[in-house]
Amino acid sequence: MNGLDLLVAATLSAGTPLAIAGLGLLVNERVGVINLGAEGLMLVSAVSGFAVALHTGSEWLGFGAGALAGAALSLVLGWLVIWLNTNQYATGLAVSLFGSGLSAFAGIPLVGRQLQTGSRHGVPLLADLPFVGPALFRQHPMVYLAIALAGAMALVYYRTRLGLVVRAVGESPVSAHALGYPVRRIRLAAVVLGGALCGVAGAYLSVVYTPLWVEGMVAGRGWIALALTVFATWRPARVLLGAYLFGGVTMLQLHLQAGGVQLPAQFMAMLPYLSTVVVLVLISRNPLWIRLNMPASLGKPFVPGA
Amino acid sequence: MIRFESRPSPSALMGLLSPVIALALTVAIGGGIFYALGKDPGRALAVFLVDPFDGPRALAELALKATPLVLCSLGLALCFRSNIWNIGAEGQFLLGGITAGGVALLATNAGTTVSPWAFLPVALLAGALGGAAWAAIVALLRDRFHANEILVSLMLVYVANLFLSWLVFGPWKDPHGFNFPQTVQFAAATEIPRLFRGMRVNAGFPLSLVAAVAMWLFMFRTYRGMQLQVGGPAPLAARYAGFSSRAAIWTTLLVSGGLAGVAGALEVTGPMGQLTPHVSMGYGFTAIIVAFVGRLHPLGCILSSLLLSTFLIGGELAQSRVGLPSALAGVFQGVLLLSLLACDALVHWRPRLRRSP
Repeated sequence: MNGLDLLVAATLSAGTPLAIAGLGLLVNERVGVINLGAEGLMLVSAVSGFAVALHTGSEWLGFGAGALAGAALSLVLGWLVIWLNTNQYATGLAVSLFGSGLSAFAGIPLVGRQLQTGSRHGVPLLADLPFVGPALFRQHPMVYLAIALAGAMALVYYRTRLGLVVRAVGESPVSAHALGYPVRRIRLAAVVLGGALCGVAGAYLSVVYTPLWVEGMVAGRGWIALALTVFATWRPARVLLGAYLFGGVTMLQLHLQAGGVQLPAQFMAMLPYLSTVVVLVLISRNPLWIRLNMPASLGKPFVPGA
Repeated sequence: MIRFESRPSPSALMGLLSPVIALALTVAIGGGIFYALGKDPGRALAVFLVDPFDGPRALAELALKATPLVLCSLGLALCFRSNIWNIGAEGQFLLGGITAGGVALLATNAGTTVSPWAFLPVALLAGALGGAAWAAIVALLRDRFHANEILVSLMLVYVANLFLSWLVFGPWKDPHGFNFPQTVQFAAATEIPRLFRGMRVNAGFPLSLVAAVAMWLFMFRTYRGMQLQVGGPAPLAARYAGFSSRAAIWTTLLVSGGLAGVAGALEVTGPMGQLTPHVSMGYGFTAIIVAFVGRLHPLGCILSSLLLSTFLIGGELAQSRVGLPSALAGVFQGVLLLSLLACDALVHWRPRLRRSP
């Protein structure tokens, strides 16, 4: 056993919350709303998801609770930025700060509790294949759902009328409004859907990935997911790719340590954050390229008739 | 049914009133939370909002907690006014604490006997350089490679935290500290001089007030300060006027990083007296709220720093006196900022009652 299959398996698992949150944020940003509240959304939904999974014994109810919590908090954000035209950066930061405060507060009775997770079943037959079996086919169903979600989103965005309308809202809300589309409602719906996905990602962390609740356990993944949307130049498939890249970096640090690399643990733990910075630098180097790909109305308020 | 009408011009009155309305909303929501938790809302709110002002010693603690908030929020206000979204003040604060702590450690090991007043400028300079250097990374990557400053400055917070953790678990750990992750206690000569006997508030507080006045002069009485602020709301106008956005990035980030670094230095060589993994109580993040509640105005920052440090101390008191978790302070902060943003809509929009058709 060379451990490579384990590394691949762990990478998929570590990349999944980033992928789901990144796809959610992509839904937000595609309609022109940037959601800096992602970290707070994920924290609140991690707490809610963990609490519900703990009390009901069902991880799927946990995911549902996480999605609801994420949707509820992003509804607040959406109402503020879409109807009251508050600054999207300031409002997102407020949601993040509120979310980390609320989750710390609500999570106090959950600290130290452990979730009894059921045994993992792999995909029948495929899981027994040598090497690829353990690496690819013995994952939590959410791992496959994340991949399916990216595919579904790519189809909707680039092959359907709905996708065209949603992209129009993000590129030119004025034109979409002139054509008779309810721009603000579409934006709010997208923000809530994106928030729900961030919520599922948060719940994945506390229900499947760790599985326990620790204050601040999202540990910057919300912000990394935001960076992912830039890295992916707002395309679903590339979000997936980026997420696994970061998942790989996260796992690599553990494997390097186990492999006897003489570097203090803290420096290893810096790797995901430092690589986010490096990736941002590499991607942003060409501002024209970013500007061509970025939804044109990103971060800008839209007032119908103004 | 209430509908919002656009005002012909922003309402100055509402600009001042909106933080007050937001505070009232926060208190109301807080009372609701206390009630839901089965506590007497009146008593709990009094512990939260009144007890921190009870007596000279309490006021001294309030000023001590407000000091880092004032310093960090001043820099952030300058950044936000210039449309530079530095949200990594927490990391810059930590770096300032680390560099000042390093200098204090050197002085302690050398057995210094200079007076604390002589050491004060050294500690502040070290902190300012540390914080500014950390912010300079953000400025460099933004200026040279157009990397988003929000994400870069935030990632550097995590890096700074891990760096601090490495220092106190590793090379800087007190060999006689029973394996606790902390440095040795710094020599008395390195401690920031206190203002009154028996109280922890120190020279940092008047210093932060001086910094606020200096920032006010810079923002509103200098050409350079005006230049920076034009770039925020009207980047095209700024470019047309020949104001460099590159200079704005560097100036605002270095100033705010330096101020956050000074705050870190004051904390480490003041009430802490050593480095531990818990140098900051999230001052850099709380300062974001302070800056907005203070209307991105230096004098407003002083007032809102006092308000937010009331929350922080109120949270601690709520824990010891009525058995509520101190994490509630974080909830209060978030509710306050969200209500403020909602109330700010009143600055540009006028609520009108309308009969339903």
